[in-house]
Amino acid sequence: MSEGIGARVLRKEDKRFLLGKGRYTDDIVEPNQAYAAFVRSPHAHATIKSIDSAAASAMEGVEGVLTGPELVADGIGNIICGWGVTSKDGTPMNMGAWSALATEKVRYVGDAVAIVVADSPAAAKLAAEAVVVDYDVLPVVVNSVDALEAGAPEIHENAPGNLIFDWEIGNQEPTEAALASAEHIVELDIVNNRLAPNPMEPRAAIATFNEAEDHYTLYTTSQNPHVARLVLSAFYNVAPEHKLRVIAPDVGGGFGSKIYIYPEEIACLWASMKTNRSVKWTSDRTEAFLTDAHGRDHVTTAKMGFDKNHKIVGLRVNTKANLGAYMSLFSSATPTYLYATLLSGQYNIENVYADVQGVYTNTVPVDAYRGAGRPEASYVMERMMETAARQLGVDPAELRAKNFVKEFPHQTPVIMAYDSGDFKANQDQAMKAADYKGFEKRRKEAAKRGKLRGIGFSNYIEACGIAPSAAVGSLGAGVGLWESAEVRVNPVGTIEILTGSHSHGQGHETTFAQLVSERLDLPTDNIQIVHGDTDKVQFGMGTYGSRSGAVGMSAISKALDKVEAKVKKIGAHVLEASEDDIVIEGGAVKVKGTDKQMLWHEVGLAAYTAHNIPEGMEPGLKESAFYDPSNFTFPAGCYICEVEVDPETGTTDIVQFVASDDFGTIINPMIVEGQVHGGLAQGIGQAMLEGVVYDDDGQQLSASYMDYTMPRADDLPMYKVMHQSTECPGNPLGMKGCGEAGAIGSPPAVINAITDAIGNNNLAMPATPSAVWAALQEVSAKTAAE
Amino acid sequence: MTKIAMNVNGKAVSREVPDNTLLVEYIREHLRLTGTHVGCDTSQCGACVVHVDGKAMKSCTMLAAAAEGATVTTVEGLAASKDELHPMQIAFKDNHGLQCGFCTPGMIMSATDMVERYQAEGKELTEEAIRHELEGNICRCTGYHNIVKSIQDGASKMTNA
Ligand code: FES
Ligand code: FES
Repeated sequence: MSEGIGARVLRKEDKRFLLGKGRYTDDIVEPNQAYAAFVRSPHAHATIKSIDSAAASAMEGVEGVLTGPELVADGIGNIICGWGVTSKDGTPMNMGAWSALATEKVRYVGDAVAIVVADSPAAAKLAAEAVVVDYDVLPVVVNSVDALEAGAPEIHENAPGNLIFDWEIGNQEPTEAALASAEHIVELDIVNNRLAPNPMEPRAAIATFNEAEDHYTLYTTSQNPHVARLVLSAFYNVAPEHKLRVIAPDVGGGFGSKIYIYPEEIACLWASMKTNRSVKWTSDRTEAFLTDAHGRDHVTTAKMGFDKNHKIVGLRVNTKANLGAYMSLFSSATPTYLYATLLSGQYNIENVYADVQGVYTNTVPVDAYRGAGRPEASYVMERMMETAARQLGVDPAELRAKNFVKEFPHQTPVIMAYDSGDFKANQDQAMKAADYKGFEKRRKEAAKRGKLRGIGFSNYIEACGIAPSAAVGSLGAGVGLWESAEVRVNPVGTIEILTGSHSHGQGHETTFAQLVSERLDLPTDNIQIVHGDTDKVQFGMGTYGSRSGAVGMSAISKALDKVEAKVKKIGAHVLEASEDDIVIEGGAVKVKGTDKQMLWHEVGLAAYTAHNIPEGMEPGLKESAFYDPSNFTFPAGCYICEVEVDPETGTTDIVQFVASDDFGTIINPMIVEGQVHGGLAQGIGQAMLEGVVYDDDGQQLSASYMDYTMPRADDLPMYKVMHQSTECPGNPLGMKGCGEAGAIGSPPAVINAITDAIGNNNLAMPATPSAVWAALQEVSAKTAAE
Repeated sequence: MTKIAMNVNGKAVSREVPDNTLLVEYIREHLRLTGTHVGCDTSQCGACVVHVDGKAMKSCTMLAAAAEGATVTTVEGLAASKDELHPMQIAFKDNHGLQCGFCTPGMIMSATDMVERYQAEGKELTEEAIRHELEGNICRCTGYHNIVKSIQDGASKMTNA
């Protein structure tokens, strides 16, 4: 059976996880390891008057209590934002300082004030509680709209009015003109609820300073260990890059939240040097809610105009994006370039204009969470389209189809150039699978049972495969977003692939091996994927933005080109044939049309013994490549959600969920389906269950699994997942990426379905039973009044 | 400090530990069996599920002292050997029932317990029953679709084993 591209190969990584032999950061123990606990602010906004750590330092088993002023005195740099966004008026963003340990002021509940290092976790926690911090409490603001009001408490001195940037994209005047002369106008106020990413493995770190070598090792729960090393060394001055090894071993999910280099990693590295101990910190779940970067949190108004033929003539969007108390690594890019650039959706719209205000509040920093900006965009687009269809009294599928982009490449008014797709094909496939035609019958049948049945569409498009370095550089990115790979063929013919991508559930150990198997016609058992260690892999930008296929595997593919070329030269030389006649197949290098061949391990051996290779050729068989994509990739699809609402309780049941995606080339359909399932669950979670809640004092009321509703098996349906693909012309494998689509496309489908069922378009996420029930009461009140 | 002895994965073990040591700490930190995970602090996620005297228990909610003399099975003790996985482990692999693997040990320990209970009572383990039974296990990666399929498949594999 082929193990190459398109095969449903079972995962190579599964065995260790099934046997309980996964190796996550918290599973690792260093000799002479000490434990860290953080002293965290209980206030959302306060000045620090004094810190008294004398009692804590004197407690049994305590190695040290270290604070912000000492950290700053040691030259540890402030935490950076990796993407500069420029405001409408040409000024750079107003970024406030973020020290890993607060110095003068705390700005959210959970802000770290001191690190305590002790012999046991219990001793560290006890001592942390004994640190006395004297605060002067300041007024608090937790949402973006209030934070922009005149007189709102000012969170950072250099961000007057809490405004970080006021950014725009698109063509303003033509958009206003188009809306002014439109036949029909659709307007909607939209809130995209704040979410906590919640990978099941909490963040953790073990930092070890080796005094004799002047060298640091950091084990950490990271999606991108090389970026962590770069930032830790170049910006935080923890250690120079060649004296710092970062290892991200097995990582239990990330969803964006493990991209960032948090205060805890910095503090543990520094504390290890200060105490000369290995310092381990493992977040508990409450700490995760309080400190892991949250996602979404947009407040938006949107206005869309249609002509008399129901063609969209213009779209104007204003969004206020809550970025929390400090600017996290990608926080500025997420609500701008990853969001508003998708506000043309799958539609041919001549005029789009959006402006986005990035706002400081007294909440945990907000950054990319699965989908990062694109779920917010698809939610705006697809809620608007469904609302428009209802207002215009037309079929929502037809209204969308009428406005689809049909020719590629297609330049939108908001930067993106869509390279491929067939939106109608995905829509047709989904409608057929959902039996859209039979819906009205099902609705009537449900009504007989006293249930309200509804159906909702979402035709999402997103941009991933992040990203062409020069393009993102021109838009403000601080790094290039290429990927690197190395292919090592060993003397015995087995292969190691070193990749800068990082797998934390995505199954790279399998899919990357499948690519090599396809190219070299070798069994995947002979192929080992190496990732997550800066001492082994030269460099990498890591895994996020659904980039590991389109960018990471393209780098492997490029390195394989070089290996193949060298192998052919060796084969031609040894077999005394022309290079053009050499083929690689069946685990051997063969001369076409003859029975002359070298087995794969013989090629490896020939390269390493170098007794008989072409003159001037370097011995060995190892090639590396850096791949920089030429464009974003554009996965797209059509999701259809069908629900039944119990009008007595407001309880919603998803009775069917159909997803038809265009991901371009698919390496392993089993893994791709799994990615979609997981994304759908997170999107349905956002739509119906999840939401971070702060009270007016900035206390997070949803900081545990008792209070934040994680989707459970009982809340979710079996999904009908299918593909209808067009090849991506932008990379050698034709891949688009599948990691985030489910979370991007599903929330509007769910809300469109529920609002259809209840006959009230005024429903915010999460559509909990009580929210749905309240919306139903609005309908009855209105009917009664009429 | 108390000396606590029990049988873990077929081996008699005994450790001197602080009185307030949780069973999950005893397993992870003292026995260094790190397949059992900790995913929350409110007894909600099920990453820590082990079998105590044949019953699935959240090891984060139980003091090690309460398992004194008990027979404990962790995920490491489920397979006959590394080449002979438990039918439920095979089913999770066959059905892509895991992604990051963090919830997996708890899922598998809950799943085997659920299958055994239903089989003992002669009840059918339907999709609905599986979803209901998984009330105490959270997975953030898989969307549960393939976990449900894995458990269905695991149940039939266990019957035929
Ligand atoms: S760790 Fe035991 S239930 Fe979460
Ligand atoms: S596989 Fe990652 S949490 Fe379940």
